[in-house]
Amino acid sequence: MTSLNKKHTSIEEAIARIPDGASIMVGGFGSPGTPFALLDELLAQGQKGLTLIKNDANEADIGIGRLIKAGRVDRLIASHIGLNRVAIEEMNAGRLAVEMYPQGLLAEKIRCAGVGHPGFLTDIGLDTEIASHRREIELDGRTCAIEPAIHADFALVHADVADTYGNLTYRGTAINFNPLMAMAADTVIAQAFRLDAPGSLKPEYIHTPSAFVNHVVQVDPATSEQGIREHAV
Amino acid sequence: MPSDQERILARAAREILPGQIINLGIGLPQRLFHYMPEDQQVLVHSENGILGCQPLPDDATPDYEMIDSGGAYIGASPGASVFDSALSFAMIRRSRVDVTFMGAFEVDQQGNLANWKIPGKFSPGIGGAMELAQKVDKLVVLCSHNDKRGNPKILQQCRLPLTAPNCVSLIITEKAAMEVTDQGLKVIDIAEGLAVDELRAATEADLMIDESQVGRF
Repeated sequence: MTSLNKKHTSIEEAIARIPDGASIMVGGFGSPGTPFALLDELLAQGQKGLTLIKNDANEADIGIGRLIKAGRVDRLIASHIGLNRVAIEEMNAGRLAVEMYPQGLLAEKIRCAGVGHPGFLTDIGLDTEIASHRREIELDGRTCAIEPAIHADFALVHADVADTYGNLTYRGTAINFNPLMAMAADTVIAQAFRLDAPGSLKPEYIHTPSAFVNHVVQVDPATSEQGIREHAV
Repeated sequence: MPSDQERILARAAREILPGQIINLGIGLPQRLFHYMPEDQQVLVHSENGILGCQPLPDDATPDYEMIDSGGAYIGASPGASVFDSALSFAMIRRSRVDVTFMGAFEVDQQGNLANWKIPGKFSPGIGGAMELAQKVDKLVVLCSHNDKRGNPKILQQCRLPLTAPNCVSLIITEKAAMEVTDQGLKVIDIAEGLAVDELRAATEADLMIDESQVGRF
């Protein structure tokens, strides 16, 4: 555990903790909530052989799209990658292993890891193509599929405001997968537009309590993709 | 004369009741935004994590952290809430969304829906469609009656991988509005100027048509 007052760190130091071959959850649904500054630092540092877990693959030239294009990603776990033609080409060429789940199941698999459950039971997707990959059991006379939790070595999340203890708040639809991922990885690195002293955030408005967060990095919206993008997705 | 898509959207808007929570699929259904009367207090759910999204005026400055599931910048309507994606799908699986509108590659007379994968050609992932199709009580399919080559999309039996079985309540195309019943597809409305024979010729599915009851749209 990182001590409370050492959570605030530089972006270089935070990302340098990620080794080659790591599994990394990345927040965001399309652009909102994607931790662009952390991802660009990961691209700059050169880690490879990565497994990424994200709702989507961003677009080809931003966010995790850049990592995929640079050949740093071996495996992607996602829900829909239709907006990234490079990711689709890499998948079809067999250079990128892609595992896809219905979006709500993906969210719940991550949530499960975050709340300390090994998995959950669901009736989603019974009698469809996805059923063939799953184990089924009977519960109270109903057929249910077992969905194992998805856990990761690291999570990279985007918050709006954080404090130096690692409490996080999100804004608008940038929430999406961030609070789920911020609970589901061994080491959680959060970027935030604003970093406040402990006590500045109202306790009842905190989305992710500091207990789940290891490192907090402040990013300037004006110099990161968050502030300059022209695409919504 | 309205365009085919305008005809579909205007007919689809009649399925929305005041006070309902609705979800609009990517593409044509999301244009329904512009066909809803403002005073109905309808909340539009988007599965990325908002209940109560509304279109931005064309000249508005977008908030980069506010989008719908199709990626359009949106605003929040009065009474809106935002939440994480797991909670968003809890709302869907608990049937708190009243109506969902979706496109289709194929739909059949049993109410089976295929709209996510064409093996060997198109497989970007299913997104939120499977859970919406399976769990929302009323699923309205909005699609063209035939594909670009003129082949029927309203079939006796879907051939593509299903999004969900037996999930469709109503199909609205530019040619007809068809209700899925236990007995098969019942035509409720036919487009103005279209003959019953022409509708049957463009459709593979068996259609139940009572000409004395059918409306026009």
